[in-house]
Amino acid sequence: MPLRASDLLTLTREGLYCPLGDFHVDPTWPVPRALITHGHADHARAGHARVLATPETLRIMAVRYGADFCGTRQEAALGAPIRIGGVTVRFAPAGHVLGSAQIAIEAEGVRVVVSGDYKRAPDPTCLPFEVVPCDVFITEATFGLPVFRHPDTRGEVRRLLESVRLFPERAHIVGAYALGKAQRVMALLREEGWDRPIHLHGAMEKLTELYKREGVPLGDTPKVAAAERKDLAGAIVLCPPSAIQDLWSRKFPDPVTCFASGWMRVRARARQKGVELPLVISDHSDWPDLCRTIRETGAGEVWVTHGQEDALVHWCGTQGIRAKPLHLLGYGDDGEAESEAGPQAEEAAA
Amino acid sequence: MNDFAHLLDRLAYEPRRNAKLRLLQDYFARTPDPERGYALGAMTDTLSFREAKPALIRALVEERVDPVLYRLSHNYVGDLAETTALIWPAPAEPAPAAEAGIGHNNPPPHVPTLAEVVETLASTPKKDLPFHLARWLDALDETGRWALLKLVTGNLRVGVSARLAKTAVGALGGHEADAVEEVWHGLEAPFATLFAWVEGRAERPETLNPAPFRPPMLSHPIEEEADLDRLEPEAFSAEWKWDGIRVQLVGGLDREGRQVARVYSRTGEDITGAFPDLAEAIAFDGALDGELLILREGRVQSFNVLQQRLNRKAVTPKLLQDFPAHVRAYDLLAAEGEDLRAEPFAARRARLEAFVETLDHARIDVSPLVPFGSWADLAAARADPASVGAGADADAIEGVMLKRASSAYLPGRPKGPWWKWKREPHIVDAVMMYAQRGHGKRSSFYSDYTFGVWRAGEAGDELVPVGKCYHGFTDAELQRLDRYVRNYTTKRFGPVREVAYGADTGLVLEIAFEGVQRSTRHKSGVAMRFPRVSRIRWDKPPAEADRIDVLERILARGEREIAPGRTAKESA
Repeated sequence: MPLRASDLLTLTREGLYCPLGDFHVDPTWPVPRALITHGHADHARAGHARVLATPETLRIMAVRYGADFCGTRQEAALGAPIRIGGVTVRFAPAGHVLGSAQIAIEAEGVRVVVSGDYKRAPDPTCLPFEVVPCDVFITEATFGLPVFRHPDTRGEVRRLLESVRLFPERAHIVGAYALGKAQRVMALLREEGWDRPIHLHGAMEKLTELYKREGVPLGDTPKVAAAERKDLAGAIVLCPPSAIQDLWSRKFPDPVTCFASGWMRVRARARQKGVELPLVISDHSDWPDLCRTIRETGAGEVWVTHGQEDALVHWCGTQGIRAKPLHLLGYGDDGEAESEAGPQAEEAAA
Repeated sequence: MNDFAHLLDRLAYEPRRNAKLRLLQDYFARTPDPERGYALGAMTDTLSFREAKPALIRALVEERVDPVLYRLSHNYVGDLAETTALIWPAPAEPAPAAEAGIGHNNPPPHVPTLAEVVETLASTPKKDLPFHLARWLDALDETGRWALLKLVTGNLRVGVSARLAKTAVGALGGHEADAVEEVWHGLEAPFATLFAWVEGRAERPETLNPAPFRPPMLSHPIEEEADLDRLEPEAFSAEWKWDGIRVQLVGGLDREGRQVARVYSRTGEDITGAFPDLAEAIAFDGALDGELLILREGRVQSFNVLQQRLNRKAVTPKLLQDFPAHVRAYDLLAAEGEDLRAEPFAARRARLEAFVETLDHARIDVSPLVPFGSWADLAAARADPASVGAGADADAIEGVMLKRASSAYLPGRPKGPWWKWKREPHIVDAVMMYAQRGHGKRSSFYSDYTFGVWRAGEAGDELVPVGKCYHGFTDAELQRLDRYVRNYTTKRFGPVREVAYGADTGLVLEIAFEGVQRSTRHKSGVAMRFPRVSRIRWDKPPAEADRIDVLERILARGEREIAPGRTAKESA
């Protein structure tokens, strides 16, 4: 009997599970063996016995959870085949954040790709997404509605700089997720010629230092000291989304509240958060890129993990591609109300 | 159009009133006529053109986008104009001449001005509307499309009140908003004479309207009885606070000596057309401030009855007969060409009583004063209006109004002279059953809750839905409620989620409301007025929520008071 996709991957309480290889991918509970796509907290959790991930992802996990975040760890080199039980796995870049990877699982000529979170737009802080042809493609759908078409990030960063020029007496407080988005915004600001310091909320310091150690140039990024906040007129300050509404941000001179997120495309979302300058910068694929990627993989079947799965499943149907929603729990619900649910869900929706 | 759209976009994100004012002033100062005049018209809702129905817009989009994806997107975004603006695909090629039709051969992408849009909408036949809309949507950017769609669907609410827009215009020449209000009626878009006046280039526009609107005076609420301790009872008069709508009846003679009659809403909207029965009663020169009510056989009907009249578009003889309009006047702002607003309330009140008596019209009477000696007296009257002469009208009273006898009639909401003291609401403990995503500021939060109370069912006690509410909680509480809904969802029906409910599981909401009516729309047969969440009872077991008997009792009492002898159906 030929191998079926469900022999390669199935769904358990802990998340996606490969029976032939006896391992989980991005499990939401501690398991004996986990393969991790990227370092965001809803995908990479502490407490697994064994973890296989890219070297960057392993280092991100160590920074976030401490050196003892799992029993034993194994580095996955991009592109290299790794034999696990009855399957061969291979990691390929996903373009989401530093170290992010898709995981291809293959046996007897059948290939399933778990893409994790991914994007196709250029990002100076990580390797670009690589299309891996496959039979079954497992995709996210965070922005899985045709209203989501992310604009060019350069235009968004220029709007921020324009506002800084217009209001030199005010501080611009930019909410951005601590892993990935924050460093991408820093790198984009540098590309657009902003050579003054980019001030950081304490919660971003460690991960930003890690990015620098990994060879991503981000320039001068001093941590904001509580006492100097009132002196930061004209400055650009990055902080976690939860801090933009916080008392913390009110101590800056007449702060302009900015938020870098794909959600900023929907104006009600921006207003709910009290955002005055929404910046549409996302680490997820927008609708056209989701559709393009599914087509390019040549997959005959698509499973949708989390996000706006209904619309993407419907679209696959119109293209003659079999598709089903997985209703995976634990990946930030449907990505809404993300900043209130704590940092884990925040990153899920970044 | 792009400049106007940009202004609306910035206003939508600007929370501070003063900053909004600055943006508006800046726009009016640098934008030429007639563009800025149409912008003012759009923001004050005084443009008249054929509005595009949502169905028309949907049809346009569905020619270009998969209808299922469009519907899912709309559910998600929660706003038709914004969904459409975001989803509208970039035009691939210039339309071939055959499709463009009506004399336009390959029109180049041309970004329309606001004036062009408004003037085209005002003159274009209905059948050409889709063509113009599509061509504008193709030419505009996302923000432009959003603003255009808000405008053409008559939904241009962007956090700017008409008052704020008028304030900004006035400020161009150092005038107060009220000065603009005074000349407002009789002007129309694009308001060239208004701008000429505020900029000092022309005389004040002649108020050609012999029956102008006057900005109303509003009151502050008494939140608790302690607020009264700072007020001296002998300095105030009290009246009933009627549960109707605030109107102004204004009459005067035009230059040919013909009687002009106008009915205005409290925002200055001319609603004369909807109330020919009242217009007929305006055979005087003066301005009455009062409450619009429906009276049957001399009895004030519930707000629900009034609403049935307000909701009808066509004013038919049957409607006029079944829902006779009446005004209970409580102030006189002008009479026989004399402006009385600077007079003290007591003097205006005396003039009012004489004026209405002279009118001697069945549709207009004076709202009686409520006698009281102390705040305790007034508290008793407020708790039981029937005991101090309100009689059968008691149920249409939602509290008392306090007016300082020495106070002039000041437009706006001055602090001190006028107070409203509403009756205590009814309270019921209900269980959340369904939740739906909100709109606008609350889009994508589960903020609309259907709640139920217990009743005896075939298989024991069951919860039956009795109402829906979407306010009464803070933003922080909303976030917690939203998370609750997501965590306890048992079923999904499109935008609606069913949450877990039963004797042991579920969330109790304490609901405050103003009254109960019979309803054929609710399975329970009852509907509440103005239900809102007064407390969230995270602590209370659902089994202890109220039973429907509580509502039935309130209903029975109301029916006895409002309409003895009528069947339940008639009085609903």
